[in-house]
Amino acid sequence: MAIKIEMPKLSDTMEEGVIAKWNISEGDKIEAGDVIAEVETDKATMEVEAFDPGTVLKILVGEGDAVPLGGIMAIVGEEGEDISDLLEEANNANGGASSSDSESEEKSSEKKSSDKSDKKEFDPILDDVESGKGKKEESSEKTSDDGRIKASPLARKMAEDKGISLTDVEGSGPDGRIIKRDIEDYKPSEAKKDSSVQVPSFASEEDEEIKISQMRKVIARRLSESKFNNPHFYETIDIDMEKAIKARAALNEISEVKISFNDIVVKASAMALRKHPEINSSWLGDVIRKHGDVNVAVAVAIDEGLMTPVLNHTDKKTLQQISAETRELAGLARDRKLQPEQMEGSTFTISNLGMFGIEEFTAIINPPNACILAVGAIRDVPVVKGGEVVPGKRMKVTLSSDHRIVDGAKAAQFLNTLRTMIENPLAMML
Amino acid sequence: MAELQFREAIRDAMDEEMARDERVFLMGEEVAEYNGAYKVSEGLLDKYGFKRVIDTPISELGFAGIGVGAAMNGLRPIVEFMTFNFAVLAADQIINHASKARYMLGGQLNTPIVFRGPNASAGQLGATHSVAYDSMYAQFPGLSVIYPSEPDDAKGLLKSAIRNDDAVLFMESEQMYGLKGEVSDEEDYIIPIGKGKIKREGDDVTIVATGKMYHIAKQAATQLAKDGVEAEIIDPRTIKPLDIELIVESVKKTNRCIVVDESHPFGGLASEVGFLIQREAFDYLDAPVRRVTLPDVNAPFSKPLFDLWLPDAKEIIDAVNAVTYRK
Repeated sequence: MAIKIEMPKLSDTMEEGVIAKWNISEGDKIEAGDVIAEVETDKATMEVEAFDPGTVLKILVGEGDAVPLGGIMAIVGEEGEDISDLLEEANNANGGASSSDSESEEKSSEKKSSDKSDKKEFDPILDDVESGKGKKEESSEKTSDDGRIKASPLARKMAEDKGISLTDVEGSGPDGRIIKRDIEDYKPSEAKKDSSVQVPSFASEEDEEIKISQMRKVIARRLSESKFNNPHFYETIDIDMEKAIKARAALNEISEVKISFNDIVVKASAMALRKHPEINSSWLGDVIRKHGDVNVAVAVAIDEGLMTPVLNHTDKKTLQQISAETRELAGLARDRKLQPEQMEGSTFTISNLGMFGIEEFTAIINPPNACILAVGAIRDVPVVKGGEVVPGKRMKVTLSSDHRIVDGAKAAQFLNTLRTMIENPLAMML
Repeated sequence: MAELQFREAIRDAMDEEMARDERVFLMGEEVAEYNGAYKVSEGLLDKYGFKRVIDTPISELGFAGIGVGAAMNGLRPIVEFMTFNFAVLAADQIINHASKARYMLGGQLNTPIVFRGPNASAGQLGATHSVAYDSMYAQFPGLSVIYPSEPDDAKGLLKSAIRNDDAVLFMESEQMYGLKGEVSDEEDYIIPIGKGKIKREGDDVTIVATGKMYHIAKQAATQLAKDGVEAEIIDPRTIKPLDIELIVESVKKTNRCIVVDESHPFGGLASEVGFLIQREAFDYLDAPVRRVTLPDVNAPFSKPLFDLWLPDAKEIIDAVNAVTYRK
């Protein structure tokens, strides 16, 4: 088996070596390790040793000749061996004819590229270095599982500028990604016609970011604290409003100020609180304070948020006084003119969304209160009276209670008192 | 224009600057009597003498430190490393002193020093002699990093580096010292640090490549042109500061980008360019930016493995085919 002796790489930068001296001639027997030649590199003159034993069959280059790196300098083998193949190869490798030169170059680059195509398998940086070969997805499905349309940023922008809806475009990129050329080649007549409803594309509207006002910060902080820290529970009753409606109409005929249903609820609540002091309490961590006064706060919606002005000594005030004062406080609240003392000291809060047609809702307790009453709208409903279904007027109220202070039965007793008051407005006169 | 080897272009730059400014001197292993490990400093000892062309012992930390001290005291040293792989031993001087002295001393002094030598792999030299350090040094404020690909760039940029009043790392390549190219014979030829160059114009894809990788990109571009794909090649020439504006302008035209980088993938030039492009040219991208880098694997010694390890034209062509959506 004949072997080639090639020009070795004797320095980092050498591209070719010059044979300074041959120490062997054709026909010599050599052993591995024999110094067979001296070669000049770009840095120095160095000795070249034989790697294999054998007979020198052919010396291909003379002293003073330059041989490129890897070029064949000599052939070693057994005497009499046929080395015509190797001679031809040597002829090509050492720059025989220029035509075969480019051919072999092509071959070697081909060889290299086929070597490279296996690179993927052990390349840890798959997303970048892999060649993408064999990854051709023939999928024309352009939406992924989440229904998103895949498109390159450029294609999206082009489609937007041209007013083309991406839903009409077939993507030709990987996984059906819509790319530049798909938008360029798009003709409206070719819009995908399938049986599904065509969704027009809408231009996006601007988002707006609003600075958080001090009031919103306070609302956010206090109500989060209340909702997350105070164990709320809820009880709802449906109050028969028939007598209250009649009573209010009668009162408004004689009253100097208009009495609203809310005023009636406020007054009734205040009187019920006087009878159920545990509802009129606050949790102070180490003690529970039962408040001596009944001060009902009324939630007032304003543009920037919510305010809770307080009616002090509510249980001692007449409906007229409650009405007038509520009106005044609500006006001040809307004008942002409430004084701090007009918002402090509440022992109970009422939030009424009846005017918005809300049937029922649950409110978050206004600290440090123990409870809050959420008042719904008065509804026309069929009710059963004496075994007959008849038209009725009903209003749902929901009491949110802090379970640390108030238990279910206590809340229920309070609600029953409240119901009695509202269903029999005359009781409020007592 | 004169045709010069890369090593000659570097030598001319040093020679001209040493002639112009007597504060400039060269030090390093074998730079004087042996005329340089790669014959870069050939003839400089004869011309300038032992005071300005100084052989050092094998002690990277020591002589880099002497260089930094000399720079602090008003000289303008050029420190040659036999390779930047050995300069790791001097990293404390480069990273902690050369790059930070002016900052930490409130501008009372500066460090006009150039560290130069071969960077990255040079064939089968094994894992510890094949590392590309350009991206690593680009991490540190106070250092400029230059990695030219052609003799002309090397000359103009090395002159700028020597005149720069702060530390510069000037990266070369064993495999490019013999590379010939036209060099401007303009008197006092200067290329500013931080300016890239469009080295090939094309409309279909932007290929960013520097140093040795530029030549591989050029091969790929020639091959791609046969298939009717015209690649624009941008050679940033300077890794830091990086001429991202030039790259972004090109990507706005071509809508796709390949970055070829001789570093490992994590946090190299390729990652930085990729990040900046998506930030600056998001709406212009028709495909994700792709990079062609070394794998996250140390340099193998074996020849077939080494060839697999180093980026080549085939990989660039594959990447271009992917971003141009060509089957």
